[in-house]
Amino acid sequence: MIAIVDYKMGNLRSVENALRRLGAEFIVTADAEQIRKADKVLLPGVGNAAEAMENLRAAGLVEVIRSLRRPVLGICVGMQVMCRHSEEGDVDCLGIFDARVKRFVPSADEKVPHMGWNSIGNLETKLFKDVRGGEMVYFVHSFYPELCPDTIATTRHGVMFSAALKYENFYGTQFHPEKSGDVGERIIANFLKL
Amino acid sequence: MVAKRIIPCLDVKDGRTVKGVNFVDLRDVGDAVELGQYYARSGADELVYLDISASKEGRATFTRLVERISDGINIPFTVGGGISSLEDAARLLDAGADKISINSAAIANSALIDQIAARYGSQFVVVAIDARQGEDGIWRVTTHGGSRSTDKELFAWASEAQSRGAGEILFTSMNHDGTRSGYPCDTFARLAEELHIPIIASGGAGSVEDIAQVLTAGRADAALAASIFHFGEITVGELKSELKKLDICVR
Repeated sequence: MIAIVDYKMGNLRSVENALRRLGAEFIVTADAEQIRKADKVLLPGVGNAAEAMENLRAAGLVEVIRSLRRPVLGICVGMQVMCRHSEEGDVDCLGIFDARVKRFVPSADEKVPHMGWNSIGNLETKLFKDVRGGEMVYFVHSFYPELCPDTIATTRHGVMFSAALKYENFYGTQFHPEKSGDVGERIIANFLKL
Repeated sequence: MVAKRIIPCLDVKDGRTVKGVNFVDLRDVGDAVELGQYYARSGADELVYLDISASKEGRATFTRLVERISDGINIPFTVGGGISSLEDAARLLDAGADKISINSAAIANSALIDQIAARYGSQFVVVAIDARQGEDGIWRVTTHGGSRSTDKELFAWASEAQSRGAGEILFTSMNHDGTRSGYPCDTFARLAEELHIPIIASGGAGSVEDIAQVLTAGRADAALAASIFHFGEITVGELKSELKKLDICVR
């Protein structure tokens, strides 16, 4: 059973739909016991990192997430809260990935938010099995995790940043695999096979 | 580098897509989900669904349709038409929309942009602006399909929308819309100069060249089109291979 963590950070419908299309069984829950028992945990999230941390704390899930030993996938803000610190609201996060989350500085060629399809490269780990470097996935964000030893995919938007991170059983993608067409579905399917 | 996006726009009335489309080999061309899936397969980067139903029943039907779109489509989609309150936005978010587009309601009540962005994030809010350039050279914002003028000026309003929390601007020139004579690229370029959020160009595309121009000289981040796709003049895939030949970064 897969647990999608519901901590009131945006609509979960597209993540649920992606799992449904792949024929996976899942529950949507904020219950610590169910999350601990799950074979896989998905931590989606759209919105503000500081608010996301606050909501995790309010739900009593900070230690629960940190102590998970089965595969966990954070998506977008769900990944950012697994980093060390975010400039968004100057908040200390879960500290699973050794990256800080920084704000993009807009320029003539780099709009903020970074919105749309961009290519991922330097792909590592089974999360990207059968995904070619240079394939495009969908991003929507104004803050990005810096490069660090946990980086398993990179993207450039003015700066080079971590498009995906991994530390032990924890994975995170800054992009939205659930909105990234067939490539995204392949990545979610790979996560489900871990 | 982030790719330039190509976004087909589908008009929906009482839960059914309207306009041409009889070229597409689909079971039911009026089915918004099937048509959306067809566009997604042919390479569309996002979709926009515009509800043109006037009635309350039409709106309820549209919300149920948005749920079905969300279930059936694996690329982002925006919904617009008749959104005038935070509650409307919430209802469509819950139904699975990735973004909403607001136009007249934002002009009547600009605080609506702040409210929706504060609640659901800027990435959820597209502010659509229809404007017409007068003989004095000034771009005035219009509503109701260009039939009503407002006292707002395009660049000032676009900047205000950005500072209130809009995540993207969808700009249509009412001088060019429906003419198929191309886009006002200098105006798009000035918008790009003044704003830091992405700009979607709409209205006026008659050819691949027009779209290429607005994405390069006009510095637009995305092009939205309806008729050239619906009437089968070119597929999204064909358009993108043409743009690629012109060294424009597309997916």
